[in-house]
Amino acid sequence: MDWKYEKEDKLLTLTLTGEIDHHTAEKIRRKVDYEIQRYMPKKTIFDFAYVNFMDSAGIGLLIGRYKMVTMLRRNTRNIKCKT
Amino acid sequence: MNNVCENEMKLEFLSKSSNEAFARITVAAFASQLDPTIEELADIKTAVSEAVTNSIIHAYEGKVGLVKIVCQIIEGCIQIEISDTGKGIEDIEIAKQPLYTSKPDLERSGMGFTIMESFMDELKIESIVGLGTKITMKKNIKKAFD
Repeated sequence: MDWKYEKEDKLLTLTLTGEIDHHTAEKIRRKVDYEIQRYMPKKTIFDFAYVNFMDSAGIGLLIGRYKMVTMLRRNTRNIKCKT
Repeated sequence: MNNVCENEMKLEFLSKSSNEAFARITVAAFASQLDPTIEELADIKTAVSEAVTNSIIHAYEGKVGLVKIVCQIIEGCIQIEISDTGKGIEDIEIAKQPLYTSKPDLERSGMGFTIMESFMDELKIESIVGLGTKITMKKNIKKAFD
């Protein structure tokens, strides 16, 4: 996983790579949570362009991050997905 | 199901999450002899991944057990049987509902059976509480009839 933070826009872009299943989702989750809590971005973009496999664990991961981000910043919809 | 089986393979592995990728890639490699499209192959891989993940997370709940896969090719169709000897499913109808998960704390999406059902042509779930679960999925590979 790669990330890029744009300070002026408070925009965090997380580029996921490889395969997302139950096995890898746990590691990705830890990394993503760490970056989100470190930067506290206003907007988070998940870039799935380099993901070549994803199952329901990936959906669970996204829903979980969405819940987390809305808890950190209430009333903001700030997750975007790019494929 | 009295159709002639053209080819068959059996796979048995421990219920460790690191085997999920192994299982779906092996099944996809076996299915590739039917000359499927990339999309059909991705459908098979995702469905297998869901079923194997279910066995690991729900049936064995972190304990180590065996997950068994039997793949058969029958008249241009791939039939995949995934079974475990875990705790079984109490109510299959509830388990099949989209977004239903018995483990919301694990950030599961509850889409496993929905994905298997929509990505494959046929899905059969047999389960006995305390004894285990067997999932049978079938997918027609169109190209094989060309």
